[in-house]
Amino acid sequence: IALANVALDLIGQTQMWLGLAADVEGQGRSADDLAMLRDVWDFRNVLLVEQPNGDFGQTLMRQFLFDRWHVAMLGALSGSSEPRVAEIAAKAVKEVRYHAERSADLVERLGDGTGESHRRMQAALDRLWPYVGELFADDAVDEAMAEAQVAPLPSSLRDDVMAEVEAVLARATLTIPEGAFAQGGGKTGARHTEHLGHMLTNMQWLQRAYPGATW
Amino acid sequence: MVKPPLADIWAWLDEVPDPEIPVISVVDLGIVRGLDWDDGTLEVAVTPTYSGCPATSVIAMDIETALRDRGIPDVRIKTQIAPAWTTDWLSEKGRARLEEYGIAPPRAAGGPERCPRCASRNVSKVSQFGSTPCKAHWRCDDCLEPFDYFKCI
Repeated sequence: IALANVALDLIGQTQMWLGLAADVEGQGRSADDLAMLRDVWDFRNVLLVEQPNGDFGQTLMRQFLFDRWHVAMLGALSGSSEPRVAEIAAKAVKEVRYHAERSADLVERLGDGTGESHRRMQAALDRLWPYVGELFADDAVDEAMAEAQVAPLPSSLRDDVMAEVEAVLARATLTIPEGAFAQGGGKTGARHTEHLGHMLTNMQWLQRAYPGATW
Repeated sequence: MVKPPLADIWAWLDEVPDPEIPVISVVDLGIVRGLDWDDGTLEVAVTPTYSGCPATSVIAMDIETALRDRGIPDVRIKTQIAPAWTTDWLSEKGRARLEEYGIAPPRAAGGPERCPRCASRNVSKVSQFGSTPCKAHWRCDDCLEPFDYFKCI
């Protein structure tokens, strides 16, 4: 139930973000068009969010790592110079704080739980950790947005988010993997993982099979 | 068309039930943010509770239908997301009705004050999420009944 509710909040937020993107683009496309009619290479998302659900530990760890960054990012976007961005962020951050509370609580309880739950949470962290770095990587678009005070530089969020993540993982008795290697390429669309294509196939088949279908 | 006074329209909207929790009205819920005439069109500003709440589109339709039934043919629903909805906007009447209905009203303390059935303060959280985005799942440790708690956001 919690996962479904979190998903519902995120779908609602995405509708607002994509609606704004479509407005700004001014090509007459809608939020649905952007979600349902673009292919893998046109998506601009961090690779972390396209990683598969795996077991419950992996789903939860992905959510936890995303939620911590999400709260910080939305908090900063609430002060955006672009009022439409600030409004959506201020709305979304209230929901996302609630998500973050739950995911941190469960990561702690399962990490510091039984031998089996600890093993699964550690495996999930080992698998997902290389995708965390991309959350804080700046590119030319980020720099232009920061310059215009529309969005923060992702790197400026790193210290605070990492301090929170490390504190929760320490209480969860989990060990952060060594090495600073970070996967990247999702934000420019240059290199997505294979999982995104599978997800889009599921999500988009109806619009692909019956173009323009509505109900 | 003679434009009815806004106070009358507010009273009519106070009879439109929330689709998920029919004991409270859309006005009790605090999601009707404003009424305004734009020539012959009545503009109703509505704010969503949760971004993805599926009841939002049903609510917009129910408001339009109710106003048409009262003889206002041109209604425009304006979605307004700022300032973001908060449970502070829930009316006192709405809070009392929620509790009578078996849903503990939201509290800044982050949890229900008492069991909506037996009024015991001996309650515990089962899950932070419940049957709809706006509710969490709690249990009374005295009467042992599970109950919904309206999340405070």
